[in-house]
Amino acid sequence: MASADPYFDFLLRMGDNTLILGHRVSEWCGHAPVIEEDIALANTALDLIGQTQMWLGLAAEVEGKIRTADDLAMLRDAWDFRSALLVQQPNGDFGQTLMRQFLFDAWHLEMLKGLIKSSEVRVAEIAAKAVKEVQYHVERSGDTVIGLGDGTAESHAKMQAALDLLWPFVGELFTPDAVDDAMTANGIAPDLNDLRTAFDTHIGSVMTEATLTIPDSRFAHKGGKSGFQHSEHLGHILTQMQWLQRAYPGASW
Amino acid sequence: MYAQMIKSEATQDDPEKLAAFQARIDANEKIEPKDWMPEGYRKTLIRQIGQHAHSEIVGQLPEGNWITRAPTLERKAILLAKVQDEAGHGLYLYCAAETLGVTRDELTEMLLDGRMKYSSIFNYPTLTWADMGAVGWLVDGAAIMNQVPLQRTSFGPYSRSMIRICKEESFHQRQGYDIMMKMCKGTDAQKRMAQNALDRMWFPSLMMFGPSDADSVHSEQSMKWKIKMNGNDELRQKFVDQTVPQAEYLGLTVPDPDLTWNEEKGGYDFSQPDWDEFYDVLKGNGPCNKERLAARNKAWDDGAWVREGLMAHAEKKRAAKLAAE
Ligand SMILES: [Fe+2]
Ligand SMILES: [Fe+2]
Ligand SMILES: [Fe+2]
Repeated sequence: MASADPYFDFLLRMGDNTLILGHRVSEWCGHAPVIEEDIALANTALDLIGQTQMWLGLAAEVEGKIRTADDLAMLRDAWDFRSALLVQQPNGDFGQTLMRQFLFDAWHLEMLKGLIKSSEVRVAEIAAKAVKEVQYHVERSGDTVIGLGDGTAESHAKMQAALDLLWPFVGELFTPDAVDDAMTANGIAPDLNDLRTAFDTHIGSVMTEATLTIPDSRFAHKGGKSGFQHSEHLGHILTQMQWLQRAYPGASW
Repeated sequence: MYAQMIKSEATQDDPEKLAAFQARIDANEKIEPKDWMPEGYRKTLIRQIGQHAHSEIVGQLPEGNWITRAPTLERKAILLAKVQDEAGHGLYLYCAAETLGVTRDELTEMLLDGRMKYSSIFNYPTLTWADMGAVGWLVDGAAIMNQVPLQRTSFGPYSRSMIRICKEESFHQRQGYDIMMKMCKGTDAQKRMAQNALDRMWFPSLMMFGPSDADSVHSEQSMKWKIKMNGNDELRQKFVDQTVPQAEYLGLTVPDPDLTWNEEKGGYDFSQPDWDEFYDVLKGNGPCNKERLAARNKAWDDGAWVREGLMAHAEKKRAAKLAAE
């Protein structure tokens, strides 16, 4: 459920998305199809964890310095997380991971471009730093989606299956709720409806080049960013991610 | 070190050419890929650089094992950066090996079907967070011992990749030691974890230098060619002498009751690792050999469609570009 302060909630959404996706991507470490991809995936995860430190760090300050960024990452239970359902989805095969990455990156890029103009200086600063990294992420994930979509018959089929599977998780990123409306009203964040147009153009051109068909449906699962109803996956991610902090409370690492 | 028991190839080249080649090495000239070189030099280097590269790649696995469980965001970021570096090291080294006329794919196939080895150390499990400290401190520490002198190795591409790699390895060692410091100043459970990690990793770390020079038949030729710069025992001694005071500073006990300072030689006397265990690990009977190789094989097999897909796309683009010209 939304907490009392929508600004705090909004910062959690940004930080939890990058945290959970960073976690997912880091699961690939040492298992990628070629070394270049091992390096690129680790690099993406590293950027996302770095962004998490900034977003959750700011969230912790806004909350009143009761908790640290690490506390927020390691000591909240799933229902207090605000990550979108898309980033919680399992890696699947490499194609599914890169499709998830591209769909997220394309949203992330538009979001950060909007946030650079935020009325909150701190938000604008973080966005300005992150947008450079995400520009690179989206170029890379987009190129890979194109390469595999327009590769062999087998790679094409796998990428189309990945797009079909993940498409219903895109809508949540663009569907405003009370928190988003409050952020738009005070100029902290852009209007999600406005981002959708640029996103559609971007992914449209990539999918065309990739010879992939975007499903003809706007059906969207929801419940991640509000925290109302997460995927079952999130709890398992947290059991791993938070295990040390939970098993040895109060220890410093 | 990441290259163990590298067999030097006997060489049957023209004695005059051999003498001239040796003279260049003795004069500390760098041998470059296009230069004439004895077949044995080339083959030995392929084996050594290849094994080193494989070690970097397989070495991602024991540390990758803890990335998703790192206790703080900062530790997670540091560990990710380190594992990313190791993959990068693998890449530089494969590139260096490729200048000798072997492809990365050929080397990879030889790793995957067991014809080529990687360092014995990566066949040991990482069981607690303290192992991330111990790996950086001891394993990267031992690797540095060997790799710093290899910056002066006779083969140009190998030497240059070592120079790049060494810069990053010292950061790896420092972050490992930093984890150990934090644990040793921490709770009783953390101290216990740190001691337990040292207990398990001490002797496997000493094994990284390879068996005693007295038992190592291949060292002599490799030393003459300057592709091996120091004896195994010499480096092991240096490592022990450097590491024991660090363990003391941490308040940890090195798991060797016979460890004593020898004033006369100005170094420690210490117990040898169990060399039978070492040979067992090399034969595939270490605690994690099967998992490590299975993980690398799975990554390679599962990734086949990706490599083929990307290649097919690149081919289409090339063809389209040609047609347009
Ligand atoms: Fe390395
Ligand atoms: Fe290493
Ligand atoms: Fe290293």
